[in-house]
Amino acid sequence: MKILRPILVLIGLIAIWQIVVWATDAPFFILPAPLRVAQTLVERFDIIWPHAQITALEIVLGIACGTLVGTLSALVMAYFAPARRWLLPVFVISQAIPVFALAPLLVLWLGYGLVSKVAMATLIIYFPVTSSFFDGLRRTDMGYLDLARTMNASRWTMLTRIRIPAALPAFASGLRVAAAVAPIGAIIGEWVGSSAGLGYLMLHANGRMQIDLLFAALAVLAALAIALYFAVDIILKRILYWMPDTNPSSD
Amino acid sequence: MVDIVAPSATTSFSITIDAARVAFDGVSLFEDLHVTLPAQRWTCLLGASGVGKSTLLRLVAGLLPPESDVTVACDDGQPLAGRCAYMAQQDLLLPWSSVLDNVTLGERLRMGRACPETRERALTLLARVGLADSAQALPSTLSGGMRQRAALVRTLMEDRPVVLMDEPFSALDAITRVRLQELAADLLRGRTVLLVTHDPLEALRLGDHIHVLLGRPARLAAPMTMDGATPRSLHDPAVLNGQADLLERLAGSAAP
Repeated sequence: MKILRPILVLIGLIAIWQIVVWATDAPFFILPAPLRVAQTLVERFDIIWPHAQITALEIVLGIACGTLVGTLSALVMAYFAPARRWLLPVFVISQAIPVFALAPLLVLWLGYGLVSKVAMATLIIYFPVTSSFFDGLRRTDMGYLDLARTMNASRWTMLTRIRIPAALPAFASGLRVAAAVAPIGAIIGEWVGSSAGLGYLMLHANGRMQIDLLFAALAVLAALAIALYFAVDIILKRILYWMPDTNPSSD
Repeated sequence: MVDIVAPSATTSFSITIDAARVAFDGVSLFEDLHVTLPAQRWTCLLGASGVGKSTLLRLVAGLLPPESDVTVACDDGQPLAGRCAYMAQQDLLLPWSSVLDNVTLGERLRMGRACPETRERALTLLARVGLADSAQALPSTLSGGMRQRAALVRTLMEDRPVVLMDEPFSALDAITRVRLQELAADLLRGRTVLLVTHDPLEALRLGDHIHVLLGRPARLAAPMTMDGATPRSLHDPAVLNGQADLLERLAGSAAP
């Protein structure tokens, strides 16, 4: 049932899609039927796949960069009070400006290639990663810290053996959000200016009324995002093996 | 065979705590407090919940910023810092570490990792408290009593001459608590212990000297001295009579 359920949900969604196509009698260049999209996906896979690889690379690099920069920022802010005072405004501003607004500039500065998209994905996940890790680092149980102090722990081991492990559950929530939103950054970047990637392909197909190709690319993008989310989720569950899952529904 | 439980060096110093006034968040908790912890003896501080016992213990442990009104002096002239181990009400076992890693935490925090001899000693001590099979288990799989036994082993692994305990058995059920009191009395023999508790029975079974904190701000009544070896039997008349006395005194001081 556990494996069957998502498949059933997918079949249900496709059925609704088909019903909408029948009910509205929309022409294929406005809303193609699921079967037509599936056909296009198979026939044009040789075109879609290279674009998908580029988008996947942008997303993965974006997550890696964003996590690295976010983690370092959180550590710096947690450990140096002056840095906290100076970085916090920067941090809030970075979130207040919509990435959409920055996209044209980033493309202008960093070019049409991979770098501007990675920068976009990095920017979009910087806030959830930094804030979740920073919060986690600050909320270490006082008891653990007391204990460590009576044991004459050094600052370094206090960080690596107590604060970071204790912050991991909060950090993991941030990383899950990051995995879910990083594709948005990459796609926006591709829409604004690029010569490759699924976002580029979708825009291109849209302009030529190849809506079936657009849907096929969208399906691949969705599959990519879901696979990425679950990969991150599985890795995090491995790392947090000691965290018992408790669901309010079983209270 | 080398006794791995006994302190590695004999403790010969006694400790004096003098507090003219201890305030926390502007509220005065203690006034005129003078306690001497005789070497190798158990001293119990007994008081109702909320009287500020834990604050005092944390002050002694050096976990709170030093206050000008409080002095903690050892009669050998050395500071207490670095010579005491701390055991709290919560077991404070790290949920992400195995029991073995938890009990060797002190060395892992000081050196980065525990050496094989330390791990060997930890395993022997775990076996001594009946946790031999749980060395690799995560704390979440253990019962409350097992967790507090692991915490006791972690305290012993520090091998400090002084042990400060903050209601370490209060969260346990009655039977487990009695067993753990016996185990602690046995394992901590030869060390100077300051036990803060709200349970008169616990103080009477384990303490050589019992100080009662009464009133607000709390003042110390004259200490009770108990004779005989610890842990005292639950049937010991001195324990039973003392419990009735202490409960009456504590109840009389508490607000209705």
